[in-house]
Amino acid sequence: MTETAGLELVDVGVGYGRVFHMHEISLAASPGDIVGLIGPNGSGKSTLLKAIAGVIPHSGEILLGGEGIRSRASRVAFVPQREEVNWDFPVSALDVVLMGRYREAGWFRRVGGDDRKRARRALERLGLGGMGGRHISQFSGGQQQRIFLARAMVMEPQVVLLDEPFTGIDAENRAVFHEAIRDFAASGVIVLMATHDLDEVTSTCSHVCCLNRRLVAFGPTATTYTPEILRATFGGQVAVFA
Amino acid sequence: MFDFITEPWSYPFMQRAAIEVVIVGTICGFVGCFVVLRGLSFIGDALAHAVFPGVVLSYMAGRSIIIGAFIFGLLTALGIGVLSRSRRVSEDAAIGVIFAAFFALGVVLISRQSGFKRDLASLLFGNVLGISQTDIVVTAVVAVVVAAILFVLLKEFTLVAFDATMARSLGYPVFLLDTLLLLLVSATIVVSLQTVGNILILALIVTPPATARLLTDRLGRMMVLSVGVAIASGLGGLLISYHADTAAGGTIVLTATAAFLAALIAAPNHGLVSGWLQGRRGDHHAHHYHPVDESAHSH
Repeated sequence: MTETAGLELVDVGVGYGRVFHMHEISLAASPGDIVGLIGPNGSGKSTLLKAIAGVIPHSGEILLGGEGIRSRASRVAFVPQREEVNWDFPVSALDVVLMGRYREAGWFRRVGGDDRKRARRALERLGLGGMGGRHISQFSGGQQQRIFLARAMVMEPQVVLLDEPFTGIDAENRAVFHEAIRDFAASGVIVLMATHDLDEVTSTCSHVCCLNRRLVAFGPTATTYTPEILRATFGGQVAVFA
Repeated sequence: MFDFITEPWSYPFMQRAAIEVVIVGTICGFVGCFVVLRGLSFIGDALAHAVFPGVVLSYMAGRSIIIGAFIFGLLTALGIGVLSRSRRVSEDAAIGVIFAAFFALGVVLISRQSGFKRDLASLLFGNVLGISQTDIVVTAVVAVVVAAILFVLLKEFTLVAFDATMARSLGYPVFLLDTLLLLLVSATIVVSLQTVGNILILALIVTPPATARLLTDRLGRMMVLSVGVAIASGLGGLLISYHADTAAGGTIVLTATAAFLAALIAAPNHGLVSGWLQGRRGDHHAHHYHPVDESAHSH
């Protein structure tokens, strides 16, 4: 069972046009894995996430449960970086969460009462109960991130992709995020998150994927998160180990 | 006093004009919301100018200007859609080149006509008072089709406008939806041309939704308000132009602009006055950043 629902990248290269930014990325994740993507700026963390999300083209194969991942596009939830969202757009928090139900509702149809119920429940679980009617600009940074996490939840995804979820958020929001990520993993979702925050990797991630425009290393955190591999990834810029 | 409002509508040409501005106001207000939210104002302006040679050609052939405009509008919308995919040419430069060239082509074509100055004026600035029954029927049919498509795909257009990344990730054909939106904008422009003309049509598409956005934070309400502002400006502008003996198209646009300015000053949340009052209360971020009390809700 576990193998068939897994996420597999085989020789993936990513880039725009003919210029490829990344080469030969291969990795495999099983349901319940939390994979941390780390690497210096420009190493391709976000780029790889977006390739998996189907937003930018790639070479090689990205498989989910043995099939091309695009055939299960509606089961892949991407949580963007905060800066990539237009916070002035006239939508409420609930409207945004409901977008996670659009694919399920199908073309030409409106979302229904059941979708609304799910969306409200997701907001409640993330501590935003009763605030669904507010405009998205009226929340703090961490709360805005939670809205998008709620949207990922209502998609009932098999894979969740988080792009720098911990940037600029406080301890309380961080705790909410950790809980949500663990809940995802516990229910068999594969979580991939790009992060600058190396402490997050040791505390949260079951696996780590070290990138520097190519795959430096991939494996369980315990065996992969080592000084040698980190040095190889960051080119000696990092001194996390005393 | 009452006559001031009722008397003008007793004339058939004013009645036809009124029906036309209500139809045009409805689709401009509706489609315009997406033009504003997607930041397509410049493309809209380009479309409005680029259809000009089509207008001139059908005018010279003695056909309804809608036909020629529609063909050129279609070509331009598709052209922009394709160009915007290329990474070599900067998009706005390409659009600028196309629309200026097309517009110039229209001017050159019409300069070959005798008495072209008068014709040019009516094509550039609209002639809503000279609208025919046939024009109204064509406008209504196109308006129904445009509004129906937009309504049926509201969810998809909204998603693409707010979060194209998610739309693409979910497997929506974003490029096709974008091109379709441009086609709808282009159709709206074409049937609205006779109301305010090539030069001013953009105002009817952009000003009402911009006004509505100042008054609400919700897309649904914004659409309703935008349509309301567009229709009210159309009828109000007609009325004023009748009494003040001014050009109808220009007066309609100025009426919409007045509504925009009023909203800009007095809108409850986004207005200058409310911003100033909030500033005086020391509440500088009253609208844009307003963290909600978390302790009350978290468990």
